[in-house]
Amino acid sequence: MQARQEAPASAEAPERPESEAESVRTRVLRFLRGVGGLAFSLAVTLLGLLVVTFLIGRVVPVDPVLSIIGDRAPASTYDRVYRELGLDRPMVEQFWIYLKKVLSGDFGESFLTKRPILDDLRRVFPATFELATLGLILGVAIGAPMGVAAAAWKGSWVDQIIRVLCLVGYSAPIFWLGLMGLLIFYANLGWVSGPGRIGIAHEFSFQPRTGILLLDSALQGRWDVFRNVFSHIILPACILGYFSMAYICRMTRSFMLHELSQEYVTAARVKGISETRIIWRHALRNAAVPMITVVGLSYINLLEGSVLTETIFAWPGLGQYLTNSLQNADMNAVLGSTLVIGVVFVLINLVSDLLYRLLDPRVRRGS
Amino acid sequence: MTAPFEPQPFTWSGRRAWLLSEEPGSRRQARLGSFYRGWLALRENPLAMVGLAVVVGLALVAALADVIAPGNPLIGGPLRTERLLPPSAAHWMGTDDQARDIFTRVIHGARLTLQVVALVVVTATPIGLLVGTTAGYFGGWVDAVLMRITDIFLAFPRLILALAFVAALGPGIENAVIAIALTSWPQYARLARAETMTIRHSDFISAARLQGASSARILWGHVAPLCLPSVVIRVTLDMAGIILTAAGLGFLGLGAQPPEPEWGAMVATGRRFIVDQWWVAAMPGLAIFVVSLGFNLLGDGLRDALDPKAAR
Repeated sequence: MQARQEAPASAEAPERPESEAESVRTRVLRFLRGVGGLAFSLAVTLLGLLVVTFLIGRVVPVDPVLSIIGDRAPASTYDRVYRELGLDRPMVEQFWIYLKKVLSGDFGESFLTKRPILDDLRRVFPATFELATLGLILGVAIGAPMGVAAAAWKGSWVDQIIRVLCLVGYSAPIFWLGLMGLLIFYANLGWVSGPGRIGIAHEFSFQPRTGILLLDSALQGRWDVFRNVFSHIILPACILGYFSMAYICRMTRSFMLHELSQEYVTAARVKGISETRIIWRHALRNAAVPMITVVGLSYINLLEGSVLTETIFAWPGLGQYLTNSLQNADMNAVLGSTLVIGVVFVLINLVSDLLYRLLDPRVRRGS
Repeated sequence: MTAPFEPQPFTWSGRRAWLLSEEPGSRRQARLGSFYRGWLALRENPLAMVGLAVVVGLALVAALADVIAPGNPLIGGPLRTERLLPPSAAHWMGTDDQARDIFTRVIHGARLTLQVVALVVVTATPIGLLVGTTAGYFGGWVDAVLMRITDIFLAFPRLILALAFVAALGPGIENAVIAIALTSWPQYARLARAETMTIRHSDFISAARLQGASSARILWGHVAPLCLPSVVIRVTLDMAGIILTAAGLGFLGLGAQPPEPEWGAMVATGRRFIVDQWWVAAMPGLAIFVVSLGFNLLGDGLRDALDPKAAR
């Protein structure tokens, strides 16, 4: 999302420092104005998302009336259902109805599960959230130090190995890597549990509360369940984490190289500060700020990657729900989940944008 | 000034000097010269050359599929004796559940992959260029509206949007191409807009305008060619992504339909036999991996060679 705020030129007067109270006030005002601009562009983007899903729903070659009544129903039934669905009204009015429905949380009913889409989504979302979050944690925990190492030893064999590792992460199809992982670590080595979230033995004896099973089992002190859940989640999380690791590592490397070429680093070196300290205390701190955006983006990529990963690992999350609905031409469910993923995407962007504004003094000052 | 086609005896060193000339005598010489310099820079990078080899290899394999693997990729051998055979001298990659030779299918699948990539690039690049240059050149409300639309398309994760489009249009390779193209253009538009903004106030643009050139002519004749190099690099970097998305769609059963030898769909078939007959899924997946790695290496090298700003 673009920053649409205009910095007033007078705020940049460097001659004399403004009084403390005034500067805080202008700063808050500027921040609020930035937030206002963001909110506006957010609203427009969300409206656009709705238009896109609405239009996709309208170009379906399947006649929605026929899919409800079957092709043997008399013409009068056809007309009635046609009118009930609102298909006889003008496009704009149809969109207005759609908008009102969506805003009140009504995405329609799933053709497959015969339940409201929103209930279905609420049921499957925690599974995806748990998987993607663990993947992100792994990706950041491994990717960021690797990126730092690659930048610190630029051009050496360490850099080369890390580069190849990242390229493999970029290039391998995630569904294939998942299958190979299952083959090696589940079928051959037996290190991890197979598809699914939880073993059958534990499924009925354990009552999850939030739907995030690792958290639930730990809170309830059921460590046997925790171990079982962990052995299920670790392989898909590692596969997902590998992809975000590749991205995060590469971006960290490039940000670090940028920082290490700055003059303040030269100055620090001249002062005789150790290279370790320069890298970890000076350069990394500055490189960490743009990393927020990168981490946000890779979280979004994880949601996307989870569609394919969940199919492989029979993970009962949003991705599997989406693919199941797709394969059964359950359009309401497809559009509902697409919309939800789009909204999550926009919100993550917004959060990382706001964090960026709060943490980067240059953006904060509005220059 | 030398004539553009002055007759001279052909020698490699003469050709080289002509290409590297500091004062090109013609537009063609300048253009070829800059290509040659890019090539020289690219040649320094061994990884990029590996990538180039993979990409050229893919094109050759696609062109010569019938020569390399003369068998029929769609019809298998006798089901009783040749079903799910492990890799051997007769079947380099084994056979699948229809007793078809997987090597033959992978080779023929190269055609489909190349087709998808080419079609997506041919559709998405002009759209992105048109939208981006128009938005950047005119600015104002045109820019605001076009970029808002671009942002909305960017607000969906790529695979998800492609999935939704394919769900609406129906599965099939043409629809997969349309869906991927629809999700690819916004990035190119963004890039083209940024490039246009940096050159739209240049003197040569003003000169062209003063000579009475129409906006369309300035856009296509002067602005778009200058945006092209960075967009091309981006497209090359993106090709691996296109291949992966297409394979992902195929894997989910929404791309090419069986019995077409599409790599993603082949992996999906092999999923059922993954534990006992691993090669059915592993081999086509390996092909996807190698090809997308090749495009990534080449794209990386191109960026380093042609775009010194990004070469870090």
